[in-house]
Amino acid sequence: METLMALLIGVLFTVGVFLLLSKNFLKIILGTSILAHGTHLLIITMGGLKKGMPPIVRGENVSYTDPLPQALILTAIVINFAVTAFFLVLAYRSYQELGTDNIDKLRGIADE
Amino acid sequence: MNNLVILPLLIPLLAGIFLVIFRQNILLQRWFSIVAIFSTGVVAAYLLQMVADDGIQTLAIGGWEAPFGIVLVIDMFSGLLILTTSIVSFGCILFAFNSIGLEREQFYFYPFMLFLITGVNGSFLTGDLFNLFVCFEVMLISSYVLISLGGTKVQLRESIKYVLINIMSSTMFLLGIAYLYAITGTLNMAHLSVRIAEVGQQGLLTTVAILFLVVFSLKAALFLYFWLPGSYAAPPTAIGAIFGALLTKVGIYALFRMFTLVFYHQPEITHLLLGVMAALTMLLGGIGAVSQWDIRKIIAYNVIIAVGFIVSGLAVFTSTAVAGGIYYLIHDMIVKALLFLLGGTIIGIAGTSKLKEMSGLIRNHPLLGWMFFITVLALAGIPPLSGFIGKVLVIKGTMEAEFYWLAVIGLLSSLMVLYSVMKIFVNGFWGETYLSKEQEKGTTSGLLFPCILLTMVSIGFGLGVEGITFYIDQAANGLMNPDIYIKAVLKSP
Repeated sequence: METLMALLIGVLFTVGVFLLLSKNFLKIILGTSILAHGTHLLIITMGGLKKGMPPIVRGENVSYTDPLPQALILTAIVINFAVTAFFLVLAYRSYQELGTDNIDKLRGIADE
Repeated sequence: MNNLVILPLLIPLLAGIFLVIFRQNILLQRWFSIVAIFSTGVVAAYLLQMVADDGIQTLAIGGWEAPFGIVLVIDMFSGLLILTTSIVSFGCILFAFNSIGLEREQFYFYPFMLFLITGVNGSFLTGDLFNLFVCFEVMLISSYVLISLGGTKVQLRESIKYVLINIMSSTMFLLGIAYLYAITGTLNMAHLSVRIAEVGQQGLLTTVAILFLVVFSLKAALFLYFWLPGSYAAPPTAIGAIFGALLTKVGIYALFRMFTLVFYHQPEITHLLLGVMAALTMLLGGIGAVSQWDIRKIIAYNVIIAVGFIVSGLAVFTSTAVAGGIYYLIHDMIVKALLFLLGGTIIGIAGTSKLKEMSGLIRNHPLLGWMFFITVLALAGIPPLSGFIGKVLVIKGTMEAEFYWLAVIGLLSSLMVLYSVMKIFVNGFWGETYLSKEQEKGTTSGLLFPCILLTMVSIGFGLGVEGITFYIDQAANGLMNPDIYIKAVLKSP
């Protein structure tokens, strides 16, 4: 199971990095999102994918999955969510102000 | 257990939240934020004395003991940095009163400044790796807002790059945390150190160490500094100053912490790599600083050179060099803020940041000119001033450990710093006076006071170095002997 997840995460990272290197704002932001997905999946995989109950206490003699990585991911998700929202608005604003969504065309703008 | 430990984090956070409510009341915003920073500084000084007297202070949040809950730890190193942060941000906020402009002030400038300081102080205080990530994010998200606040075209362009680079490095930080958790099963730094010492730092752990090296180098602009000159030159002066003084230093702090506490078992790989990166940073940053004719860019490149120099102290990894690194780190936080503020004042007066379009400012602004001159000398490390002792100790440490190439590059970088900043002084202040007092684009009213304040601190740091030697030695001793930290955090006998 871990091997399969590793392959999937590898694919997500490849796609994410490929999108990051493109010229279009929106593709770059999509790339950061996909990278974040890969990272979150990696955290849960690295915590171990052994079988167990969901980490809600229900009596003795039960084994649970590791609750710590889940808490870490939850935190990482909301942080990433906030940053992505900010980045999207930033991209929208700079499209309005600078009139382009192409990273290459940002050089040498007027008020320098 | 000491509940005071959380105050440097709590005061700016609560003050920031409070100020969000009163957006229009500028006077309240100004004075409340300055009082909050001042009281943070007082608490930091008090805590520092407490650490000096009774050793490392810890606070297990919620009463959950060390490896299971989050602990806040204040040792001498982080205590000194928190105190310096308070001093520097006090100066920057005072400078912002008269320079940032009403529009930005009305759009939550002071709350975001306070949140930034919350993140910085939190990063210095925390004893947990994931909590360090969260504090980094608190700091970074505030810095995203501050860098784009106002929304001029340059700011928008640079903030896109800045945000993108930091999202990338945060992603990699999380990767590092995931790998480390899989290998050791813990995230508390002291506990990590114990576990890694037990299993020995194998190839896998060294690889993770290098991943962390890349992450923190991106944050600290160590060799991976390509994003820095543009980003730090874009925002207004007060914001640029607090970025230059604090943000990269948090990355340096993380490097110091990780590579003295956790990954110290294979210095022939990790610390050599740090040394090579530091040397390249100094060389390339120096070339960048010397080649520029724009005040903001020169100052931004000087931030990079200093990062290289401080990390070379860590790379050598002897107690002399580490102590030198700490001296230089504290000096650099103060002097970089001062340099940004003075540079911003010059740009304000001349109405341009291009050196070739200004000249002879000394006639109308002697105080500003000589203050800049003192700052230049302090930056280059001329003896009675603050940069000297740090440079001497780092160079001495590198020589003792026979890293001669690093010492040579370190000394060479001082020359490049001196040349690049003296270029601002010679071109801006000497020569024929173009602008009479009436023709100047801005005033210095109210801007010089925070500069004088920071200059006094810098001179005091240089002249009174005997008085703080005790603290710095204790900080270096704590970094070189991780057992002290581990014992204090894990309460092991």
